[in-house]
Amino acid sequence: MNLWNTIAVGFKEIWAHKSRSLLTMLGIVLGVASLVAMAALVKGMENGMRESMVAMGGADKVLLEDQEVPPEQEHLAEEAPGRTMLDVISLRRSAPLLKLVSPEMELDYTTITHEDKMVNPSECVGVWPAVLDMNLHTLEHGRFFTDLDEENANSVCVIGTGIRDELFGTPEKAGREIVPIGEVININGQPFTIVGMFTRYEGEMDRKLRELAKSKPAEKQAGPSRMKGWGRRGGWAFTRKNMTVYMPLNTAWLKFRSSSGTNGMPDPRLSSIDVKVSDMNRLEPALQQARNVMMMTHRGIEDFNFRTQENQLDTINQQIRNARLSGGIIAAISLLVGGIGIMNIMLASINERIREIGICKAVGASGFSIFLQILVESMALSILGAVAGIGASYGLVKIMAAITPTGNAPVITTDAMFVAVGFSAAVGIFAGLFPAIKAARLHPIQALRYE
Amino acid sequence: MALLELRDVHKTYHLGGEEIRALDGVSMDIEAGEFISIIGPSGSGKSTLMHILGCLDSPSRGTIKLDGLMIEKATSRQLASIRNQKIGFVFQFFNLLPKLNVLQNVELPMIYAGANAKERRDRAMEALQLVQLENRAKHRPSQLSGGQQQRVAIARALVNSPRIVFADEPTGNLDSHTGEAILNLFRTLTQQGRTIVLVTHDPEIAALTPRRIEIRDGKISVKVDPRLAGLDRVPAVAEPGKAA
Ligand SMILES: Nc1ncnc2c1ncn2[C@@H]1O[C@H](COP(=O)(O)OP(=O)(O)OP(=O)(O)O)[C@@H](O)[C@H]1O
Ligand SMILES: [Mg+2]
Repeated sequence: MNLWNTIAVGFKEIWAHKSRSLLTMLGIVLGVASLVAMAALVKGMENGMRESMVAMGGADKVLLEDQEVPPEQEHLAEEAPGRTMLDVISLRRSAPLLKLVSPEMELDYTTITHEDKMVNPSECVGVWPAVLDMNLHTLEHGRFFTDLDEENANSVCVIGTGIRDELFGTPEKAGREIVPIGEVININGQPFTIVGMFTRYEGEMDRKLRELAKSKPAEKQAGPSRMKGWGRRGGWAFTRKNMTVYMPLNTAWLKFRSSSGTNGMPDPRLSSIDVKVSDMNRLEPALQQARNVMMMTHRGIEDFNFRTQENQLDTINQQIRNARLSGGIIAAISLLVGGIGIMNIMLASINERIREIGICKAVGASGFSIFLQILVESMALSILGAVAGIGASYGLVKIMAAITPTGNAPVITTDAMFVAVGFSAAVGIFAGLFPAIKAARLHPIQALRYE
Repeated sequence: MALLELRDVHKTYHLGGEEIRALDGVSMDIEAGEFISIIGPSGSGKSTLMHILGCLDSPSRGTIKLDGLMIEKATSRQLASIRNQKIGFVFQFFNLLPKLNVLQNVELPMIYAGANAKERRDRAMEALQLVQLENRAKHRPSQLSGGQQQRVAIARALVNSPRIVFADEPTGNLDSHTGEAILNLFRTLTQQGRTIVLVTHDPEIAALTPRRIEIRDGKISVKVDPRLAGLDRVPAVAEPGKAA
């Protein structure tokens, strides 16, 4: 008996008991749907985390942080210099394994006003142009600071689109792009000219949604306009990045630190120094090199520390693994339950068909062909269920996305589908095995006499 | 060498401590091309004997040799292939598959023989023509009369051109006219070299076969053998043969 025939007979048998087969398959359908949907959710989560990671400057960014001096150096705490431009210059000169060194002088509690509008940026920082590569910024309009701006401590700034949205209105509402280059805004009361604006940072899904909204004619909105802001749905990392204001480092120092400090010199301490190493595979030696330089400039006082993103990356990966594992276990259990349902039905089915099996054996069916027949039926049930389950998973993902709108749209992966179908097939084989062996072992005459 | 050799075959059933000897020491040879009838009262063990002859059942004791192969030594795979290729079986109670139509029922043995669809159809139709049921090919067994079902079962037994056909009461449900047609069909088959063994209650039908075996309480009581009697055709009244 060839395989096609076996399969055809198997499907006929399934078709002959439509409602029974459907109910049996339901277990597999739900199992597969939950497996695929779960994988999609985790994938969405992963994408979101990766995006945020990039939005924050990528995995190769290393933060040079302040740290309490170690206990044995406590008597030197007063002498601790903190991170200054001296460190930056020394690192650039003497730590060739570092690709980038980006000093930052952050201004606390800044308020930016323009005419009657006001906004609080996520960060208002004096920077060097190195910050562009450090934080993976893309300048879309205007220019970044020149050496001259730095040298003269010019009152110029570059803003993110979030600041623009708050002070000059959103392009969505205006129906056209708004580029406020050349406008003057007040940062803590001091006038600054906008010379550049970054591109809009957003998650994959938000961009798609926005483009979709753009392609559709603007629908008339009843009632007051509500905040359907894109930035809000997207990850906080993007929102933060869009609310950035940068100015030349010297400007920040001279204009905003002049009131503090000693000997008539503004407080020279930087709020942070970020570095990037040229080769991630040689992270350790590069950091050691940087540490040595820093020890020199800090005269041996260890009031600093390097924090890599690796820890964070590990955490992310760990979280994803956990989510995947728990989801997988739940889905596997439901698939197993589905498999038990199939086994139950196959046992009932061969009990019903004992006489039929006896007849087949009497006319020359081998035990193996009976075995194969039952196994194929059981597998057909589970694979049909798996296919239906994949269909159902699309619906399930839609429902889940509607219930909990996050920036991380679930992504159905073909990997998950293959795993689901493969696992279901295995469940089908497992469920069919025992009934198939039982059927194959039937004695022809005893089967024929069975009532 | 005989096509089938039975030596001291016993079949015993145990039912709640009671021992039922369905077959009690049967020995016989069947040559290729023979036409044999087995008669005997109800419960005498005819069907049991047929099942053992047809490799459907195994004896409790004794040996069977088919075409030189010891059946009790055969694997279940070999047995399946023997049942499929060498043996055609017409059951006392038809045993057709109710879900399949007449044509599909007749095709069934060929499916296990691995024949392709067209060959199956053609040969199944031929077999149905032999029993004059070609016009009922698409009907379900439940839509046929008992006699028609019997003929479908015969067509199924013949479809793989087996060397030996066992028919358990093949004419029991047929009127004398149709029954005769079936017997004629069997006779033609034996002339083509096939072997036919049929069970019947009817002494008149038994009288039409060259060789006749009477069975009683699981034992062969009377053998009428044309070779022993020197006759080609056995008269209607049974002559006493050699007791087993
Ligand atoms: N599976 C079984 N279990 C117990 N006893 C059985 C079994 N099969 C047959 N028998 C017994 O064996 C004996 C022979 O049965 P068998 O079916 O061979 O009779 P038969 O000659 O074919 O009768 P009939 O002419 O009525 O068909 C009977 O007494 C029957 O009860
Ligand atoms: Mg009988």
